[in-house]
Amino acid sequence: MRNTARRAVQVVCVLTTASLLAACGAGKERPSEDGSAVGVTDTTIKIGAHFPLTGPAAPGYSEIPSGHEAFYEYVNDAGGVHGRDIEMVVKDDAYNPTNTSAVTNDMILQDEIFAMVSGLGTPTHRAVVQRLNDDGIPDLFVSSGSLQWGDDPGKSPMTFGWQTDYEIEGKIIGQYVKENMPDAKVGLFLQDDDFGEDGEKGTREFLDSQIVDVQKYTPGGSTDFSPQMSSFKSKGVDLVIGFNTPSYTALSQIAAQGVGFKSKWFYSNVGSDPALVGGLLASMTKGKIPAEQGVKLMDGMMTTEYLSGVDAPDDEWVKLWQKVWDNYSKKGSEKLTNYRIYGMAQAYTLVQALQANGKDLTRESIVKTIEEEGSSFEGPGLAPFRFSADSHLGISGMSVVEIKNGASEPLTPVLVTDIGDAPIEEDDSAASDAPPSSGIPE
Amino acid sequence: MERLRSILGPLARPITSVPLARHLVVALIAFVVAMAVIGASSQYLQTRYAEMAYFAIAAGGLTLLTGLSGQLSLGHGALMAVGAYAATLVLDRTGGETLADVFVALLVAIAVCALVGVVVGVPAARLHGPYIAGATLTLAVAVPRLANQWHVLGGEQGLQVPVPRAAELPAWIQDLVWFFTAVEIDQYSFLAYLGWLLLALTFVALANLSRSRVGRRWRAVRDDDVSAELAGIHLGRARVVAFTVSAMAAGLAGGLMAMNVRLTAPGAFTITLSLTLLAAVVLGGLGSLPGALIGAGVLAFLPHFATDLGESAGLSATQAAEVTPVVYGLVLMLVILLAPAGIVGSLRSLVSRASRTSSLASALGSTKEKTT
Repeated sequence: MRNTARRAVQVVCVLTTASLLAACGAGKERPSEDGSAVGVTDTTIKIGAHFPLTGPAAPGYSEIPSGHEAFYEYVNDAGGVHGRDIEMVVKDDAYNPTNTSAVTNDMILQDEIFAMVSGLGTPTHRAVVQRLNDDGIPDLFVSSGSLQWGDDPGKSPMTFGWQTDYEIEGKIIGQYVKENMPDAKVGLFLQDDDFGEDGEKGTREFLDSQIVDVQKYTPGGSTDFSPQMSSFKSKGVDLVIGFNTPSYTALSQIAAQGVGFKSKWFYSNVGSDPALVGGLLASMTKGKIPAEQGVKLMDGMMTTEYLSGVDAPDDEWVKLWQKVWDNYSKKGSEKLTNYRIYGMAQAYTLVQALQANGKDLTRESIVKTIEEEGSSFEGPGLAPFRFSADSHLGISGMSVVEIKNGASEPLTPVLVTDIGDAPIEEDDSAASDAPPSSGIPE
Repeated sequence: MERLRSILGPLARPITSVPLARHLVVALIAFVVAMAVIGASSQYLQTRYAEMAYFAIAAGGLTLLTGLSGQLSLGHGALMAVGAYAATLVLDRTGGETLADVFVALLVAIAVCALVGVVVGVPAARLHGPYIAGATLTLAVAVPRLANQWHVLGGEQGLQVPVPRAAELPAWIQDLVWFFTAVEIDQYSFLAYLGWLLLALTFVALANLSRSRVGRRWRAVRDDDVSAELAGIHLGRARVVAFTVSAMAAGLAGGLMAMNVRLTAPGAFTITLSLTLLAAVVLGGLGSLPGALIGAGVLAFLPHFATDLGESAGLSATQAAEVTPVVYGLVLMLVILLAPAGIVGSLRSLVSRASRTSSLASALGSTKEKTT
């Protein structure tokens, strides 16, 4: 009798649970997907980015988001873009691709950003491009010159590059060396990922027969480059072309001094900031090379330039950046640097795109706007953007410069080209663009 | 337990008395509950649950090895790396577009890790205590670096992992999930369901193994290897089997991790990962599967909770990120100070103490009744 009652209770329990679970569901009909303006309200636009705020890649790069934030503050104070304030979420990935994946996940799902803007790094951003495109999230103005952000919009329709890509940088460097140093024995110093690979590809278009040695390094790996520099020395290298980040410029200089390797140096734009490298040399040698002497060590080095920097205080754009930084930097005591200028210049392009897009902003519309109008954006870049439906690559050229007393002196006019076998041509037209008087693109 | 059995009644008695059936029933109930919770959660929480699932699988394997067989491994992060790379290479070849691709990749990950488990387990079986720890530590340091040696492993920037899009999943799965949860299945929830399904299956297998003759041998070897050997147990064999089983769990976890992170790169498998896994096991309670689950939950949720807390307290993003390891360390210290047997271990002793007191009280009560 008791057993029967118990069994009845059990059966009722099971049935109730089952029907409750089934009732949670909704049967067969499903609603359709809605449009996507996630992260956009009538008064705000939320964007996000990953940067190395800590770790070996942090020096310099961690300053870029402060440039962004200062420029957005400046724009927000003037009423925002179509009445919307720009809010930026910045997350630290320590230049570790696995962290980039994790923080991007958080930005998409927890912070619900409208778009990723200027996430930094080739190996790092590569880890999240697929996800951003799968989820239909605009991935604008990646802070890296790797080709993969823009050479195949069919594969990554939401992703746009911004800076001059490493392949055309390699081409421009290669042509300059071929024409001006035809007898140089070239050693390549490369980051062992797409960054180094793209640069090598462009360089080899001109210098294939002059390259006598290639040395690679892994970011986050060994910091002693004596073996690499000894190899250059033994192969008789007298010109090193480096596609590396700033810390590795300093490390390669220290190692070259250590093994007594003398050479001319040509660092690509990424690794060549004299002020930063000078500071790094001082801190890495614990003051044995003082910062001033470190900057001096950079004298005579060649590099490239696609933006005017702090060494050109009379440039109209630099004047604008200085004004914005003086009034809107969160850490008032810190100086304007080339990395902050880089951030503000990217922010300028974003505001330009949002202005051009008009009031009705969706994830799809911003991509369309940049494809249709991006190539006519006038901005701080020395060469125009290449944005179109067929190419999402950014600035189309740069000039070769030599570093003297921490400032850059042009060796060539602005050289403009495209990937592949597109010819390299002189074109100073975009270099004379000046900012509007308000400092905010219209 | 007695009381539970009496409530469940005669219907449940034959089921709960067979360990396999009991474990299956518990796992099924747990999976249904997990499915309901996952379905009702935001995508963000779903990724956390998926993370918890693969950490729990790895921690489950480790807790069996360390808690039952008494071998301390500091190299489980490396075994996860092996599983992750194996699964990634398979998914890369097959395209990773269908459910079959996913299961083939995970099976390969388990198989490769079983092989590595044997290879590492044989020499490790000759070692004791700190020496095993040292040997496996080498594994944790060396294995991720291999990726920089061979180009096929993608170097420091790693390999991207293709995952099936929700639309490519079989219609019956889409319908089933929709029917139960009223939410369309997407990549995030798919990975969470997959993780918890495999977690349930793994725990059934591990729990069963630990209740079986194999598990009893492990305990015997752990408690006194000399008497175990006198009793006819082959020490080396028992240890190698334990290491292999544990490596297989780590391999499965690594494969799932690759799909969730969508990238397999050396930076994911630092020595910290191995240590964190061990911390999760100790936190939950050494040798206990529920403990491994709790430890994994702490791993998946605490860092984000701490960061959010830091940010809401007005810290900058960088500062908040730096607070996380401090909070994690504090929690670990508190657990070890206040609950040295781990969370589950301490709860268990609390419950048994309480039931002993109550049975004592009732015994006293009944004697009183008799005397009066």
